[in-house]
Amino acid sequence: MAENIRFHFDVDGENFTSAGEASVAVKKKLRQLGFSPDVIRKVSIAMYEGEINMVIHANGGTADVEVTDDEIVIVLADQGPGIPNVEMAMQEGYSTARDNIRALGFGAGMGLPNMKKYTDEMEIDTEVGVGTTITMKVYL
Amino acid sequence: MKIGEIKELLHAELLCGEEYLDHDVFAACCSDMMSDVLAFVKDQGVLLTGLLNSQVIRTANMMDMVCIVIVRNKVPTEEMIELASDSGLVLMRSPLRAFEASGVLYYAGLGRREEDG
Repeated sequence: MAENIRFHFDVDGENFTSAGEASVAVKKKLRQLGFSPDVIRKVSIAMYEGEINMVIHANGGTADVEVTDDEIVIVLADQGPGIPNVEMAMQEGYSTARDNIRALGFGAGMGLPNMKKYTDEMEIDTEVGVGTTITMKVYL
Repeated sequence: MKIGEIKELLHAELLCGEEYLDHDVFAACCSDMMSDVLAFVKDQGVLLTGLLNSQVIRTANMMDMVCIVIVRNKVPTEEMIELASDSGLVLMRSPLRAFEASGVLYYAGLGRREEDG
């Protein structure tokens, strides 16, 4: 690939209905680019979970995807409340989501563990009161 | 099992995706928790749910599912139907409850392993 392909999205934190639109768009683009279903699935699920998290917890943010020769890098950045205890947040079933979010079908405490499961690398850079940036990589 | 057969078995009303009724599916998942669907679904082509919002459609799309059955005759929004149609998914609604609908499909052989008899 001569030049890396990049996609940028603003994730609207006010609108739960539109959450996931960026992931759907990325899925479509990766399909057009001819990536294997396995790679597309990993990237889109991890990104979708991240997008939902940004809407639920952080009032939105930005999503950037870069396709290089040997990996797909997803960077999700928000200026939300930050994650006070990353270790706990990474445990399956641990959730700080409110009941109204559970009523919408999310907040089972599977988001971050799932993002890690579907990607080859995941790094969480977070500061309470400042925001969170999650970088995920899927190897090609 | 053909998606069309699911529609018949569940006495369902088709809301979109008529062109896919001939597609084969091999297993299903029943949940109102999309977090769990994202975490545990592997090759299930059908989602049975009583949850009504656009994330149901997006979750199914992300998991490469092909058919969504809304149980208890709930009525999805126009937006959901449109989103499902744009995503190339079959969307239907059934009067059966989630437990009954799952049982009917399982009894008819959907997702049943040989060792289950």
